[in-house]
Amino acid sequence: MAHHSISRRTLLGGTAVLGLSALSARGALAAGPMTVGVIYVGPKDDYGYNQAHAKGAAALKGLPGIEVVEEENVRETTDVQKTMESMINMDGASLILPTSFGYFDPHVLIEAKKNPKVQFRHCGGLWTEANPKNAGSYFGYIAQGQYLNGIVAAHATKSKKLGFVAAKPIPQVLNNINGFLMGARSVDPAITCQVIFTGEWSLAVKEAEATNALIDGGADVITCHVDSPKVTVETAARRGAFVCGYHADQSALAKDKYLTGAEWDWAPIYKGFVTGMQAGKAPPNFLRGGLADGFVKMSAYGPAVSEAARKNADAVKAEMMKGGFAIIRGPLKDNKGNEIAAAGKGLPENAPELESTGYLVEGVRGSA
Amino acid sequence: MVADTATTDAASADSAVAAPRAPAGLQLRAWAARRAEAAIIPLGALALGLGLFSLFLASLGKSPAAFLDLVYRGGFGSSFALQNSLQRAAPLLFAALCVALPARLGLVVIGGEGAIVLGGLAAAAVATPLSGAPRGVGIALMALAALLAGALWLGAVGALRAWRGVNETIASLLMSYIAIALANHLIEGWLRDPGSLNKPSTRTLDEAFRIGPLPGLEVHWGLAVGLVACLFAWVLTERTTLGFAARIAGGNVRAAQIQGLPVGRLITGFTALGGALAALAGFFEVAAVHGNANGSLVAGYGYTGILIAFLARQNPLAIPPVAFLLGGIEASSGLIQRRLHVPDATILVLEGLLFLLVLMGETLYGRFKVFSPHLWGDKQAAAGLKPPGAPAP
Repeated sequence: MAHHSISRRTLLGGTAVLGLSALSARGALAAGPMTVGVIYVGPKDDYGYNQAHAKGAAALKGLPGIEVVEEENVRETTDVQKTMESMINMDGASLILPTSFGYFDPHVLIEAKKNPKVQFRHCGGLWTEANPKNAGSYFGYIAQGQYLNGIVAAHATKSKKLGFVAAKPIPQVLNNINGFLMGARSVDPAITCQVIFTGEWSLAVKEAEATNALIDGGADVITCHVDSPKVTVETAARRGAFVCGYHADQSALAKDKYLTGAEWDWAPIYKGFVTGMQAGKAPPNFLRGGLADGFVKMSAYGPAVSEAARKNADAVKAEMMKGGFAIIRGPLKDNKGNEIAAAGKGLPENAPELESTGYLVEGVRGSA
Repeated sequence: MVADTATTDAASADSAVAAPRAPAGLQLRAWAARRAEAAIIPLGALALGLGLFSLFLASLGKSPAAFLDLVYRGGFGSSFALQNSLQRAAPLLFAALCVALPARLGLVVIGGEGAIVLGGLAAAAVATPLSGAPRGVGIALMALAALLAGALWLGAVGALRAWRGVNETIASLLMSYIAIALANHLIEGWLRDPGSLNKPSTRTLDEAFRIGPLPGLEVHWGLAVGLVACLFAWVLTERTTLGFAARIAGGNVRAAQIQGLPVGRLITGFTALGGALAALAGFFEVAAVHGNANGSLVAGYGYTGILIAFLARQNPLAIPPVAFLLGGIEASSGLIQRRLHVPDATILVLEGLLFLLVLMGETLYGRFKVFSPHLWGDKQAAAGLKPPGAPAP
């Protein structure tokens, strides 16, 4: 994938937020209201990935001179190309935010070439120097949030078994699973985590089955990485297991069983894009950040979280806020016995190696 | 229901030969009446559906007039809107044929989605070893691989039906889930491009194997091929002995067997052909849109195809206009979301209403005197124009 841009990122060091190029945005922008088109792959109220983006978009609606148009359930086919064109031609959108990973290649690239005056910023992180300059990508180091989830989970578990419902064995998901268990093992190295892959981003029935299977197998704290955690969270809470949230705040779904959660916080990022454009400055082409940069935040602690757990998690969070926190640090093996990191070696959140993670750390039961 | 239609056609074909002929003028009127019935009942269902949907919108506090205006502007009102609708209609043509062809035999096959996905996967899979081959050879072999994959997949459903009596509706639906799971497994395993990290995909096709848009349009070649396929399916079912045999078998299997028709092979052949055509939709998604096979192939075209085939009353020539209409409604759905601030599911409510009403409309055929020559009271007419499905005198 984006090895080119990754090496470049390393070159520029640990800076989390990089603006690699600042093309001057559409000059005419200052004249009228600026329209932002936001596109979602699922429903806007999914308690998950899409809702997190919709919340970011909602934060733009109150800003002066900004209009927001949104479309949900847009497929990753030519449909999304037509949606982008329709937003540009019929609504006059000058910034398009296609939020699903699968929109980028070829759809965003095609439309960016076709509409050189419109800015496209895609969530997921694939942009390279070879791509159109009016396109770009942004994403966040949310594995940090899963690490903190793991710390809180470790304090809550009695069985020392955690459960993870995952969509697909891709690097972004594997990093989250690894983060969750590494966080838990930082508290108690005896803890293990069973993972079940459902194979799809959104497959409610399998997510419920997986959650039940994990709990039947003894797991008493559950988290997940699927588009909508709603089913997993509700099922787990109903079965009496604790829940760590993901993507958005699901505390309303699990009540007192909700411990904490790793949430996206797109509002400041999106505000940055539009205020920059209103000032005549194009958003950065490659933008990444974690807890420290406000891309990721934690849900408020639930009532079941002990004082010790809060202190522990807050201390690590303060450490992460400084930047460069290594979730993967040696000596560490994967769950097949291969060495991942030698003693003294660690991967900070922006390490390029994390873009191509293909392993699960030791203590995770399941295979990538 | 589908079987009834086939019986009607077969019986009226018989009656034209067996009974004394009615005067030419009356024949023409009767022909026109039957044609009008076939158009007016579905159009009536469509109008009623829009009417009910308008009530639904009004109950949400949204203006039905604004809705219709947006459907027009989003789906049909400009060159961009028209091309948007045509683009969306293209894969739906193949998906609908996958339902309409087996329907000639009285079969309800709803697993086109699986054939589409496997067709796309097969096309992408053969493209990798073909890399560097001449453009024509590459594209032809990709299309052939897709056709074969779809034909084998749904042909198996037909064979199970013909020789083991397995219900084709359930079997095709379940096979479709298996197809998607198989495709995911291969795309994330053996066929995965190691460079595709967070969106597992097969290797990207050679630029030479990509299919561009139709000249002067932003709609890919799938539309033109889909139209030809509809025409081909119509000729096959309406103008060949094979199609006639299929209709007989669809009307009455026993009678067809007594006639010595190869019912099992007809069933297998028509389901296989349906699967092959559906797979072409997958081929075009890969060759004209994505450039590789990935999870986005599972886009639900197969299911919209079922709706279209039923709206078109399984008539291959009625599929293009219906697909265009549905494509237009889907094309306008985005504009409707943005302007009316209703959830995307609103369009699904409309599609569901239309589907139900069209199915209910099926019970109305032969109930209206104006469309039913046998109710006109003219003895001569009665002699020549028997009620559909009546026993021979």
